[in-house]
Amino acid sequence: MVTVKDYQSPVTPTWCPGCGNFGIHQAVKTALAELGLAPHQVMLVSGIGQSSKLPDYTHANGYMTLHGRAIPCATGVKLVRPDLKVIVHSGDGDGYAEGMGHMVHAARRNIGIVHIAHNNQIYGLTKGQYSPTSAQGTRSSTSPEGSIDRPVNPLLIALAAGATFVARAFSKNSRELADIIKAAVQHRGYALIDVLQPCVTFNRVNTYEWYSERVYPVSQEPGYDPSDLNWALRAAQIWGDRIPVGIFYQTEDVPAYEEQVPALKAGPVGLRPIRPLPPEKAQALKAAYM
Amino acid sequence: MMKNDMTFVLGGEAGQGVESTGAGFALALARAGLRVFAVPDYRSRIRGGHNFFQIRAGDYEFFSHNEQVHLAMALTREAVDSHVRQLVPGGAIVYDTSLKVDKSAWPDGVQDFAMPIADLVQGAGGSKLMMNTAMVGIAAGLTGLDLRFVEGVIEDNFGRKRGDSMAEANLKVAHAARDYARAHFAERFPFKLEAVDAPKRLLIGGNPAMSLGALAGGIQFMAGYPMTPGSPILEMITAKSAEFGVVTKHAEDEIAAICMAIGAGRAGARAATATSGGGFSLMVEALGLAGMTEVPVVVFEVQRPGPSTGLPTRTEQSDLMFVLHASQGEFPRIVLAPGTIEEAFRDGWRAFNLAEKYQCPVIVLSDHFLATSLQTVPPEALDFGGVVIDRGAMLTPEQLDALEGEYKRFAFTDSGISPWAPPGHPKGVYRSASDEHDEYGSIEEDATNRRLMMEKRMRKLETSRADILPPKLYGPERAAITFVSWGSGYYPVREAMRILAQQGVSSNFLHITDVWPFPAQAVAEALRGAKRIMSVESNYTGQMAGLIRRETGIHIEEQILRYDGRPISPEYILRGLEGV
Repeated sequence: MVTVKDYQSPVTPTWCPGCGNFGIHQAVKTALAELGLAPHQVMLVSGIGQSSKLPDYTHANGYMTLHGRAIPCATGVKLVRPDLKVIVHSGDGDGYAEGMGHMVHAARRNIGIVHIAHNNQIYGLTKGQYSPTSAQGTRSSTSPEGSIDRPVNPLLIALAAGATFVARAFSKNSRELADIIKAAVQHRGYALIDVLQPCVTFNRVNTYEWYSERVYPVSQEPGYDPSDLNWALRAAQIWGDRIPVGIFYQTEDVPAYEEQVPALKAGPVGLRPIRPLPPEKAQALKAAYM
Repeated sequence: MMKNDMTFVLGGEAGQGVESTGAGFALALARAGLRVFAVPDYRSRIRGGHNFFQIRAGDYEFFSHNEQVHLAMALTREAVDSHVRQLVPGGAIVYDTSLKVDKSAWPDGVQDFAMPIADLVQGAGGSKLMMNTAMVGIAAGLTGLDLRFVEGVIEDNFGRKRGDSMAEANLKVAHAARDYARAHFAERFPFKLEAVDAPKRLLIGGNPAMSLGALAGGIQFMAGYPMTPGSPILEMITAKSAEFGVVTKHAEDEIAAICMAIGAGRAGARAATATSGGGFSLMVEALGLAGMTEVPVVVFEVQRPGPSTGLPTRTEQSDLMFVLHASQGEFPRIVLAPGTIEEAFRDGWRAFNLAEKYQCPVIVLSDHFLATSLQTVPPEALDFGGVVIDRGAMLTPEQLDALEGEYKRFAFTDSGISPWAPPGHPKGVYRSASDEHDEYGSIEEDATNRRLMMEKRMRKLETSRADILPPKLYGPERAAITFVSWGSGYYPVREAMRILAQQGVSSNFLHITDVWPFPAQAVAEALRGAKRIMSVESNYTGQMAGLIRRETGIHIEEQILRYDGRPISPEYILRGLEGV
């Protein structure tokens, strides 16, 4: 039986005490263990940033790549080894600034990747610049008079791009987050989980208290129906004094990208033994040029 | 009369089927047992402009295209004006009588073969689009080439069954055009072709040869983003995707393409991407990711003239310094620059072995000229029998079963190569990071670890020298002129040598194919004692000559450089010899 301890790494996290990443880390390990997935059946792929150090602190296949590029790296993993459960960890800068283009394409492709965006509305590793999710007017070292950019709405973008699983969670509610992650891992295709996460060092506005006062289950919204895209598009626009969390949208009716790739019908290509071609195949290839 | 030694050019607008017709005619000539070297020349547009396709055919050994043309077939007035100047005395230009041409500037001795081609096409029941087929029929009629070779290609292209309407119409047009040209002009045309009994040859270019090499090497994944002239590699692998078990992905951009390939490599698959210089520019950061995390990945970089968009459909060898130095920091990489069809095929599979053996990026540097020129080669040139699969220090499931303690993915070793495990085995679980890391793959900033890890990675470059092929010397050991070139410079240099030999001038040629790690010792030894060294490259700054100087101290002062986007021709080299 797989337990959370199987995912225990000897490496001690360097996150600040109280960092929201701890709750996300715990939830991921809990979800994977409860699904009975062993560390060698999982690949955690991240970009660069504080959130992206998570694979270093986890005993599982892990790949810490480039800022913004976790999704294409993970896509490559999934396309040759669809038997692996592939989970991307990005931050809001990593995933929604440099990586936003890739997210849109992953969503429209419905590639079988769980994308967990650690969203703390600030750049932590580079010490406190405003991020794509920072509220307009956020004062930071790169926006001393207050940011002019309006924040992105990742849920709305994902839905518009064709994502088939869109959720939001709060890192403090680790149990609820674990359940969402479990649903996402079992989902067919791309799943975005936007995780609201306090940055205890650089974000003095969006604190644990700030979130705790605002978050409530999206299922409490009238007419809650996560199978209805139009309902989800409306619910994704709720943000302010009250912030809904939970699964906004989910459909299992769209086949995942990897299910539709002809070369994968015979199984994961990454497991195909590599041998020189038999002479008749070589001859057939040459014949086209004679 | 001259037999079996001539050059054709077919010119027209984009959309008139110049390239497809030219390629079809080249195949017909190859099937007639002739040797062929064909060069397409087209502009970066879908309609209009002036495109041409040049085919040299002969029954003796020659190495490249040349500048002399014996028969020009012009579908437009611009094509008439442009190609009439290339004609040798006695050569002829064919065009439709309806074109109003100005003959005042035509060179002496050029024959005017204006024919009612459109009427011939119409009379044979063909459509306006079949003017190009008529041209091929005319070429057969003028040269005496047996039309059955042309018929065979038409049937292959439009359907083998007689009675298929497209094939039938084209065949009728070809016949009518052949008959007309034979009846009215053939007697006056001094250049003839005749099928020869020769062993069967392939007609192929560098891009397909390299793609077949990759398939032979067991490629499992390729991602790319369309960019001339690299994209045909992705297209060709994609066409064989299901049959050969290769997942291919047309990605959202080149950054995604190489990252997907690196992800696939991290997952234990043989993975590659194909692009040109502009796309490679976008891939640069990820190249360092592969270097740092020791992930095998192959990049096929088919050069075209830069900077920026440059000349999209033309050729240059100006990315050499770029690929050698691309990405921040220092890490081992291997750069191969095939020059021939044989080498393009060989490096197509060899690159995967080297990438996995040394766990680093391997760049195969080709160019538009090598990629798109079509030439006849013996079937053995694609040496499938010689393919070796070497996955390097990849751990087997049995070896992983026997593993004691936690797996050190980046273990320090004398060779610098650490045994690698594809994911999926409980004992082969590890994390890797683009940050500096320790032997387990964990992020580590310790100074000693950094020094040891840098040295371990860079040791791989030294270890890889065992697999680096030395440059090849062609011609006599001692000669009046020693040419030095790399990649596709091979063809025009070999042809220039052949012409020089006929003139009684001895020359030899050092052809560099494996570029990095640089085979400095072999190059220095080969050039020691050379009387007159002449480097030949398609770029402005003489990048290979510069690299030779940097790595061996040998300063090559005489350089023949071309940077107008056109392939180096043998004549260009001969003029350069006089001019330098």
